[in-house]
Amino acid sequence: MSILDRLFGRRPRSAAVAKERLQIVLQHERAGRSAPDFLPILQREILAVVGKYLDVTDDMIQVDLEKRGEISMLEINVELDKAKIKPRPPERKVEEGFVRWTAPAG
Amino acid sequence: MAKVITITSGKGGVGKTTTSAAFATGLAQRGHKTVVIDFDVGLRNLDLIMGVERRVVFDFINVINGDANLNQALIRDKRVDKLYIFPTSQTRDKDALKKDGVLRVMDELRNTFDYIICDSPAGIEHGAITALYHADAAVIVTNPEVSSVRDSDRILGMLASKSRRAERGEAPVEEYLLLTRYSPDRVEKGEMLSISDVQEILSVPLIGVIPESESVLKASNTGTPVILDQDSAAGRAYEDAVARFMGEQREMRFVRAERRGFLRALFGRA
Repeated sequence: MSILDRLFGRRPRSAAVAKERLQIVLQHERAGRSAPDFLPILQREILAVVGKYLDVTDDMIQVDLEKRGEISMLEINVELDKAKIKPRPPERKVEEGFVRWTAPAG
Repeated sequence: MAKVITITSGKGGVGKTTTSAAFATGLAQRGHKTVVIDFDVGLRNLDLIMGVERRVVFDFINVINGDANLNQALIRDKRVDKLYIFPTSQTRDKDALKKDGVLRVMDELRNTFDYIICDSPAGIEHGAITALYHADAAVIVTNPEVSSVRDSDRILGMLASKSRRAERGEAPVEEYLLLTRYSPDRVEKGEMLSISDVQEILSVPLIGVIPESESVLKASNTGTPVILDQDSAAGRAYEDAVARFMGEQREMRFVRAERRGFLRALFGRA
């Protein structure tokens, strides 16, 4: 990058972008490395269930198992997009003890 | 008892074989009896880089299967005393590296050599895992580029979980980072990850920085380990890396951009 480029702030430094992207992806991958084998399957199944009611994509759900000392914590995060709520829930038998889900008006 | 050093990276084409050849040659030049083994079954290339491709008669797989003994398969280098090359086979059978067979051969080599350099194949499959399984130390060859850094991180995870040392609950494998194809010029322009960027991300001690250099291709063209070309920056940088591995303190060379003229600095590339 030339001095003129620097003075006028042209071109973002791609190396900085690379570093940031790597830090984010590796943080995620390192956490997954120590995770038990069932987590990806659990994640897929939860996604399938949530997907029956809401329009979700793979990257909107995150399942993490965290260990802090003696306590293990299963954390499930589902990111929702208001606009993507399905207009009608799928038909399914209402079992005893379950409340029928109704789509929000509008 | 030999020390096993695995040269690994995850990603292909980053310079594992070049580094294996350089490290083995450098250690032998220092008087240590050294063997360099090609673990890349099916895609044998160490023989070419070492310039011994026409001397291969028996290989690693022959010895594992008991079709030849070690002395028949080891090729003595004609340039450097105490340096031996152990080529692999070109078989397409991916599982030719049988675990107990490799273990037996490694044990035999451990008894007669000071250093065993394992040139790992790319990827994270059987060959790569077998190469890192036996490691006492590992040199992680990394290019300052996103996919290479990510793959190196993956390999570091495997060293911690899949090596023999991990399996047996022994002291962990010593890990060293070797940055290759480094362009100080591009780093200065903000186009390439810097040494400190990569170190910060991987947190592995740095053993050397090999600058991008035409001499590496020239060396492979002629089958000469680049470390023997002490007129080249890459050759000298490898020599430094081997010295650091042996515990010497050496300042990093070839890591700063050459000074540019005022006009070029002002207007960018001329």
